[in-house]
Amino acid sequence: MRYGKATLTGAAAAALVVGLDVGLAQSQELAYSQVELGRYLTITGNCMACHTDIENDGIPFAGGRGLETPFGIIYSQNLTPDDETGLGLWTRDDFYRAMNEGIDKDGQHLYPAFPYPYFTTMPREDVDAIYDYLRTLEPVRVEVPENELPFPLQFRQAVLGWNILYFDNEEFAPDPNQSEAWNRGRYLVDGPAHCGACHTGKNVFGADQEGEYLRGGVLENWFAPNIRGGENGGIADWEAQDIVEFLRDGRSRHTAPMQRMGEVVELSTQYMTDDDLEAIATYLKSLEDEPRQSADPVDEDRMTTGEAIFFDNCAACHAADGSGVPYIFAPLAGSNKVTAEDPATVIRIILEGAQAVPTEAAPGPVAMPPFEWKLDDQQIADLVSYLRQAWGNDADAVSASAVADMRAYLEDH
Amino acid sequence: MVTRLPNVDVVLVGFGWTGAIMAEKLTDAGLEVLAIERGPWRDTPTHFPTTFAQDELRYYWRHGMFQEASQETLTFRNNRTQTALPMRRWGSFLPGNGVGGSGVHWNGQTFRFLPSDFVARSHNEERYGPLPEDMTVQDYGVTYEELEPHFDYFEKICGISGQAGNVNGEIVPGGNPFEGFRSDHYPNPPLEMTFSQHRFEESARNLGLNPFPGPAANLSRAYTNPLGMQLAPCTYCGFCEKYGCGNYSKSSPQTTIIPALMRRPNFALRTNAEVLTIEKTADGERASGVTYVDAQGQVFFQPADMVILCAYQLQNTRLMLLSGIGEPYDPQSGEGLVGKNYCYQVMSSADVFFEEEYTNEFVGAGALGMVVDDYNGDNFDHTGLGYIGGGYIACWTTNARPIESHPVPEGVPEWGSAWKKAVRENFLKSTSVGVHGASMAHRSNYLDLDPTYTDRWGRPLLRMTYDFTLNDRRMTEHLTPFAEEIARGMGGREVKVNNRRGSYDSMPYQTTHNTGGTIMGSDPASSVANRYCQSWDLPNLFLTGANLFPQNAGYNPTGTVAALAYWSADAIVNQYLRAEGPLVQP
Repeated sequence: MRYGKATLTGAAAAALVVGLDVGLAQSQELAYSQVELGRYLTITGNCMACHTDIENDGIPFAGGRGLETPFGIIYSQNLTPDDETGLGLWTRDDFYRAMNEGIDKDGQHLYPAFPYPYFTTMPREDVDAIYDYLRTLEPVRVEVPENELPFPLQFRQAVLGWNILYFDNEEFAPDPNQSEAWNRGRYLVDGPAHCGACHTGKNVFGADQEGEYLRGGVLENWFAPNIRGGENGGIADWEAQDIVEFLRDGRSRHTAPMQRMGEVVELSTQYMTDDDLEAIATYLKSLEDEPRQSADPVDEDRMTTGEAIFFDNCAACHAADGSGVPYIFAPLAGSNKVTAEDPATVIRIILEGAQAVPTEAAPGPVAMPPFEWKLDDQQIADLVSYLRQAWGNDADAVSASAVADMRAYLEDH
Repeated sequence: MVTRLPNVDVVLVGFGWTGAIMAEKLTDAGLEVLAIERGPWRDTPTHFPTTFAQDELRYYWRHGMFQEASQETLTFRNNRTQTALPMRRWGSFLPGNGVGGSGVHWNGQTFRFLPSDFVARSHNEERYGPLPEDMTVQDYGVTYEELEPHFDYFEKICGISGQAGNVNGEIVPGGNPFEGFRSDHYPNPPLEMTFSQHRFEESARNLGLNPFPGPAANLSRAYTNPLGMQLAPCTYCGFCEKYGCGNYSKSSPQTTIIPALMRRPNFALRTNAEVLTIEKTADGERASGVTYVDAQGQVFFQPADMVILCAYQLQNTRLMLLSGIGEPYDPQSGEGLVGKNYCYQVMSSADVFFEEEYTNEFVGAGALGMVVDDYNGDNFDHTGLGYIGGGYIACWTTNARPIESHPVPEGVPEWGSAWKKAVRENFLKSTSVGVHGASMAHRSNYLDLDPTYTDRWGRPLLRMTYDFTLNDRRMTEHLTPFAEEIARGMGGREVKVNNRRGSYDSMPYQTTHNTGGTIMGSDPASSVANRYCQSWDLPNLFLTGANLFPQNAGYNPTGTVAALAYWSADAIVNQYLRAEGPLVQP
């Protein structure tokens, strides 16, 4: 019989925690808080997502996940303290150099798929804390596959040139004219949370494009939206509280995180403190943007067709007036996914469906079904064009060939 | 060859409503729980998304949601003089299959039984004198007051839309004045009523009756339940019963419990695995686990410290018989208990056809309706009527699905151009007032193992011996005219009465409310399970489901099935785990 668990588990767990706490408090108080800080920063940086082979039920932090970049597939490193395949022989200085300069223990350049251009803003004590936390993991021996990169990128020396062009080794400096929350938010966004890795547009070399800071970017054929929250920003209509709910609960009035952002919320932001999430919201809300040009009106016939398709297929959940069911079915009126300059996300969601990430706060897998078998390219193009100009939305029409391209891409992936 | 698997704390047989309820409560208490489900995994976005959930051909006509009769069915006869034959196509009732069970394809009409329903024998005998000898009606052994918190919790899990009638003894206008006290209001307001309900309400009020909105597991607004599960407002599409809901608007195990449960590391689910028998320890004093067969035909023994039956009423009863737990019921001697007191539901109706007005019944929901309870249970004086029990009378607008639904007035031929014309004229202009009648236990109605027919594993099929009783006939003769009277007051052109006469016919659909077979009570001489739904024979075997009902009340059973499961789970966690013996001493 294991019924003892029913009454004992809670008490035993509490005793364990207390024991650990007391034991460490006596001998190495500093190390305990240091490890805890490191654990938290590891969550903030969502290290686990890239450094775990999630698709193949890999061991957390043992690496081996293939990251699809525009240049080829890069496999993430094993972060556990295994001597041969992990960070076992790395010193604090080695680790700091990797985080700060993108150079590994052997002096080799790391590819910037590892977001050291963001981590470089982190102060030494935060990086050390992460190192200390990673040392507490169980060492796991995992050989990581060779990267699949074309000439000349398989030569790590190629990164040197990239660094000269695009890498600023600068630590975060608070802006004394801004609030503490704003500064904390900016530090998190630009440092450990590395939001710009997806949400800032990239040039052909995969580096952040000047002037595109957090104005949205494409990765893996998703459009990571503009997340500037000030006037004219992509989430200008989000209150700070909406941003907090989105990151903490995986639900908000406007939309829910899915796919890569779903992973970020599932593994990272839902475990961050409310104070930090509020700081991020404070910072994002301060970022204004240029007003967008009004789109050319969509052809009237296409609007009529699109509206009919919408009414038959979408209105039951998203409501006839596009107002949706806040927190459950995304409102489409005013949606930054629908009206993004790059329509990749809206086309893709209609083709392959989407699922709101289940979180501790909202475990239900609310999902939209795929329509790729039900609507053809022209129908989806008309539908998307309608959505992009209905209810005050203002974005350009979409062509059937854009839908066909995405359909072909999805068939290959 | 039978493979023996590692032991678990609890094994659940079946994973529908009660399986999900038990698993949620027992994993929450720290137990390691394994559910074994005969059918496949099913979830909302994959298996009944909005893109094809409303496929009438697939789900209504081709029985896409139901148990495969070719894999398991039962034999049926009206009485012991007949030879029972297998039901090769479902008709009168539609058992579910797969994760979520019938909780996926139900309508969502979520009532609480009346306080007097749980004490049907003592209450009626006290008021009206002894019951006829062959009426094997009895008390549940648990009272409404004891179940009240569990009804309340289930209503919050589901987010029931309704109007309370009695909150802590205070009668609330607009609700059901006859209901037992409730500790809280429904979590959501009633659904929006349509033309038909407005007419029904007006007519019922004119007759001095007390109409109230039917309690609905269809959501009147967006709602988040105590487990964090999100439900969306109902779109009134009219595809509830026989269908899964793709809009997250109908409470089901999938929309209210399962996703939260699947995250727990101490829960496991094995699908496409059919339990063959409940096994006993060598001394026969306890259950030792279950034997099941997987989709490849491999047989496994799953040992467990506790076994809980969570399958449908028919399967739970059959499994007890196949496993040789307790004495099978013998109608001749009246001895034995397993299979006893099979009951059903006695349905009748009055259809209303309008001349000018449109009812537009395609704007519907499974539990969209107005109800009167004035003739239910013992809410009225039965003196001199010669029967006990009653039923609610309701005008539900569940659907006007075109393959299934084509009501025509009296005298219209059953096919041909005259029939087509009548369908065309009446499709948007009709509604119905139904009587949902109780079914009282009788010595001659029972379940046992068929002597001839077997399933694909060679095990005897369940045999149902059932007919309407004198109590049923008197009840429906008395109640149907009240429904007709309300129907005639609704302002239509004509009314067509569908009486329930003659013998029970297993083919036309009536309702999937099969009850009894492993009844609960206060005494091992007259019940299979004690008041905590614990087997009298094997103290580590618990039962759930309508098979526990000693007789069926004039309501849909799901609310009471769920309340009993929560009540039983509470007894397991707070009493049984402290001392693993019988919770009631015989």
